[in-house]
Amino acid sequence: MIMFARRFAIFIFLAGAFPLSAQNVASPAPPAAPEIPKPAPSPAAETASARSLVLELAGAFANDGYKVRDGYWSGKLQPGKPQLLEVNLFAGNEYWFSAAAVSPAEKIEVKVFDEAGQPIAVQSYEDGAKSAAGVEPQVSGRYFVQIQLAKGEAADFCLIYSYK
Amino acid sequence: MNLFQTTTLLLIGAVLPVSAKLSKEQMATAVQTESVTIPTPGEFFAAIDKVGRPNWTQAGRSQINSEASNRPQIALNLGTLVADGYLAVEAHDSQSVKNIGRDIVQLAKKLNVSESVLARGNSINDFAENNDWNALKEELEATQNDVKLTLRDQKDGDLVILVSLGAWLRGIQASSQLISKNFTPAGSKLFRQPAVAEYLIAQVDVLPERIRNEELVAKVRGQLGQVKTLIEVPVDQPLTSEQISSLHQTVALAIEEISDKPLVLPVAAPKP
Repeated sequence: MIMFARRFAIFIFLAGAFPLSAQNVASPAPPAAPEIPKPAPSPAAETASARSLVLELAGAFANDGYKVRDGYWSGKLQPGKPQLLEVNLFAGNEYWFSAAAVSPAEKIEVKVFDEAGQPIAVQSYEDGAKSAAGVEPQVSGRYFVQIQLAKGEAADFCLIYSYK
Repeated sequence: MNLFQTTTLLLIGAVLPVSAKLSKEQMATAVQTESVTIPTPGEFFAAIDKVGRPNWTQAGRSQINSEASNRPQIALNLGTLVADGYLAVEAHDSQSVKNIGRDIVQLAKKLNVSESVLARGNSINDFAENNDWNALKEELEATQNDVKLTLRDQKDGDLVILVSLGAWLRGIQASSQLISKNFTPAGSKLFRQPAVAEYLIAQVDVLPERIRNEELVAKVRGQLGQVKTLIEVPVDQPLTSEQISSLHQTVALAIEEISDKPLVLPVAAPKP
């Protein structure tokens, strides 16, 4: 029981310390600044922001030997409207599909389907508006990556993938 | 290390619940994007590497013609050079990587995109100097993407798909050469990429007539159709060694045309 509690405490500590989100970094409260109305971010800026978030997430996999693809897929996620991307994967390689969306998206999900449209088992990572799916395809060919908004409002997203 | 043993996932791993099957209509709406849908030669080579111990040096080219003067041919050649870069990385041949990086910059100059790749060329040189093979793989793709981005910015976006096509064909050529020398069914299954061929064909077919009908582009388009037929096999069915040889001959011919034959673009009709 003590061992379990200790492991649980380590898990909580690691999960909290896992440097995937800037929100995890504790810092003293900054002095109050006068409120300056900010212009609405442009769609390009939103995409750039979603891209920086997803690069942060993919960085964790890069530490494990995964090469991060430079190309990315971005767009706008709408509630109840999942989006699909076609990719071509090789048997024997290992892949992580990482996605992030900006606020007001609160939770997103990434799923992978084979060329017949059947869902395939993935290892998943979910952290609110950041999510990743890890796959090890058994056959080479066409696959589909689905990203959907599980909670929150329409927002820009960005998806990239890593392989090794 | 197996994917499911990665340390990052020890903290957070979970297998997602089974989802509903996608319908044909849903699959038809899938986005295809040139920068993500087409795998890099690096991904292909990584898979080839796992089914044997290929001698990557054997698949290298000793001479690359950079004398081409028409833009579609230069774009195709640029793509083949990027694949050469990945090959040199697999062979851990830092001198070849540096030479190829230099050739990429030279060809890029001919497309007026040298400014954007000059810094990349320097990075390739530095990474090669330090034998940083992983960084080189990412840098090569980034270089290719910078070239494509600049081509789009300077209203030369029609050439982008030709860069991808050149890279893909050269990757197939080199890999089929290695697999035909040391045939394994597992290795042959990796050539099952009909969706990539299909996508490339569709993109070439919507190029402006002036480029589509250019002699070299038209020839390569024809060869691409043959390649698609050869690699269109049922799921998980290996290609035979004869099919791999046939594939290699077809693609080698295309690469020969791309790299050696100087062609002249037909003069565009004056605009009214």
